[in-house]
Amino acid sequence: MSMEALVVEMQDPKGGVKGSEQKLNVTSIPYVITGKDVLTWITNKMKTFSLCAEAQVMATMLVAYGYIYPIQNHKKLVMCNDGTLYRFQTPYFWPTEKWVAEDTDYAIYLTKRNIRKKGMLEAYEQAHYNHLNKWLNHKWDFIVMQATEQYKATKERKKADRVVLDCQERAYWVVNRPPRRTHSALDDGPERLIDPCADQVCCSLSRLVKYVTTYKNHDAFLAPCLPSNPWLTNNDNYWTLNTRRVETPTKMRVERWSFSLFELLTDLRGRDDFKIFLKKEFSGENLAFWEAAEELKWGTASSMSSKAETIFKTFLAPGAPRWINIDGRTMGMTVKGLEHPHRYVLEAAQTHVFMLMKKDTFFRYLKSPTYKDIQKKALSPEAQNFSPAQIEQNAQSCSPGIHPIILWQQEMEENAKAAAASAPVDVKAMMSKMDRKNKHILEFMHTRF
Amino acid sequence: MCDQTFMAATFGPCESCGKPSPLMNIYIKNEAINYCSFCVELMACQGLQSGESVASLKRECESLKKKLEEERGKLNDVELHQVADKIEVLGALAIKTRRVLKGHGNKVLCMDWCKDKRRLVSSSQDGKVIVWDGFTLSKENGISVPCTWVMACAYAPTGCAVACGGLDNKCSKAVAMHTNYVSGCTFTNSDNQILTSSGDGSCALWDVESGQLLQSFHGHTADVLSLDLAPSETGNTFVSGGCDKKANVWDMRSGQNIQSFESHVSDINCVKYYPSGDAFASASDDATCRFYDLRADREVAVYQKDSVIFGASTVDFSLSGRLLFAGYNDYTINVWDVLKGTRSSILFGHENRVSRVRVSPDGTALCSASWDHTLRIWA
Repeated sequence: MSMEALVVEMQDPKGGVKGSEQKLNVTSIPYVITGKDVLTWITNKMKTFSLCAEAQVMATMLVAYGYIYPIQNHKKLVMCNDGTLYRFQTPYFWPTEKWVAEDTDYAIYLTKRNIRKKGMLEAYEQAHYNHLNKWLNHKWDFIVMQATEQYKATKERKKADRVVLDCQERAYWVVNRPPRRTHSALDDGPERLIDPCADQVCCSLSRLVKYVTTYKNHDAFLAPCLPSNPWLTNNDNYWTLNTRRVETPTKMRVERWSFSLFELLTDLRGRDDFKIFLKKEFSGENLAFWEAAEELKWGTASSMSSKAETIFKTFLAPGAPRWINIDGRTMGMTVKGLEHPHRYVLEAAQTHVFMLMKKDTFFRYLKSPTYKDIQKKALSPEAQNFSPAQIEQNAQSCSPGIHPIILWQQEMEENAKAAAASAPVDVKAMMSKMDRKNKHILEFMHTRF
Repeated sequence: MCDQTFMAATFGPCESCGKPSPLMNIYIKNEAINYCSFCVELMACQGLQSGESVASLKRECESLKKKLEEERGKLNDVELHQVADKIEVLGALAIKTRRVLKGHGNKVLCMDWCKDKRRLVSSSQDGKVIVWDGFTLSKENGISVPCTWVMACAYAPTGCAVACGGLDNKCSKAVAMHTNYVSGCTFTNSDNQILTSSGDGSCALWDVESGQLLQSFHGHTADVLSLDLAPSETGNTFVSGGCDKKANVWDMRSGQNIQSFESHVSDINCVKYYPSGDAFASASDDATCRFYDLRADREVAVYQKDSVIFGASTVDFSLSGRLLFAGYNDYTINVWDVLKGTRSSILFGHENRVSRVRVSPDGTALCSASWDHTLRIWA
């Protein structure tokens, strides 16, 4: 059940949390709820929460993400199991990945509060304001104009509405621009200001150097390509020994898998070997989830919702057949995001899973009998030395190899077979999808080739 | 509650300059207006304060830039070649032309390798796009595009399709629509999305099936000439370079410009990521190639020589990242030692400008495209 759906249900006039009118300073605020009532409701509703503590965590998440906000101690984003007063946040301010809380908007908000009454900003807000004033200075007239417009518009509202709107907006910014030394539940996004201290520079340059050293022997311009570089000798053994589904890979190829999880997964032959290891450990769901997330990210816009649904049912729903074990916060965020799926909705979960594999599973794989086995079996082709005359001859018998379209079709067929064998997927749908794709390719080939 | 300002993006004619482009909705006096991002910035920054003039602002800008460089300099006096001091010097490289691909009737402007390591696609000024098997020298397919100057072409990851674009402002059967020429295009990790760069100053991400604009990237103040996708495990960023001498790094998800580098003194013709994804190189009309480290957030090497005075149009790294191949307007390809900063080799053979160099996916060969109507494969 997504956070949004839960919050909507909590506001149901019949079965939801009971609210009442409360006096805040001089004004009366409608539909105020207490923390105790919220927790009781959640505990009754979610039968899966056998302990009060879990309901507490869920309720605090609702506050941390900004779905519910406290109206007195507005910076304390936790749910208290007592008479502390809260309100439901307006859906307009719900957290969504569709747009990030921009600095320009924050500047407008702080300016507006300054216009209202100078000296109202707290110390951390004043610091933000000064900083924004400096680096958004070129836009400052625009920002002041927008702030003035908004201020004028709110003056025309009824006082009660104005107080409510102020609370809502303030709550939104506490979540999106948290005060110093408080933790925000929301992702901070990519770091834009990188502080280049000398140590870091040295570190990062050493990494570049290290990369070269690691890959030196795999660079055909620096070390001989075994058995021979096809472009030099006109003999393509090097490519036939390194095909996608070769039974026994070469030693160089197997070595490259050990350089990073990224290399292992990018080489599909390596990924196959990794899957053999995962099967033995009964922990294939992480990789399967990662692959499904990749497919979502790089898929067609029209396939988003159906893929998202399949992924939810297979990996994320409680009791799902291939349920992935990620932390509650990421799970909550992901499940909520899947209500309005877009290609980056699984980003947090995917990164989490990738890191798990990278820091733990990958190293166990490298020490495993599966990997040691393939290392032993791997081929070390002898260098082929051709005379110039032989090189000429080789040129005459150059084969065109297998066309990439055929290779891709084979890959699709293998994937369909593997999917049918391992998970409860609708095979019929997949096969008919493949048929449609094949038809598309054949049409394409007719018009192009 | 909707008097809060927020930014959304749609596509259409800008209400200020009239040009069709990705638009932002702004509210002024409760009225929604649609401006393209250039016009939004212009409007937001309008008006000089009293006592200011364009000249005085320029001077202030220059002095701030100098201060920034000074501060950066204080913190970072470590150069790449110092850190690479202990690395052994490169031996002599024996790189020669191994194949010459003849068949285009005019300047070859772009090429791209297929993931199968032997096929490639090339595009030319005569409007022809040819798919070759570089190994057997056979032409597998030829497409005529109804425009001259096909500046960009890309091979799809599955090998089942190619994309191209140029002076007709479109990329392949109108998947992508720009308001000026398409200078570069690349597929992402699948056949379903294309990333394009354009003379209209923007980059854009498109869904191939529907032609829908998925994300647009604004920030360059002049033509964008080149782009490259990051090879890292996250695969969410790309770098672009343009006529504003800037190289920008973008987050594909949000459209934000994460980092920006401005150290070239002339147009940047080409940008390419280092194989690890932690750095990138650029080639410019100022006859230098530069190397930038993303984590250190600065330029860490400049590849230049007194004898190299013609602009560099294209760069690519060898598989290990040790070598940087750069094509120049003086018909040569210089091979630079990335770590030591010295030139390791020069490749002669083309009879006109080199427009594009690309290392094959398994690193076994280099392909170069030239205005002399041919492509060469070197190894």
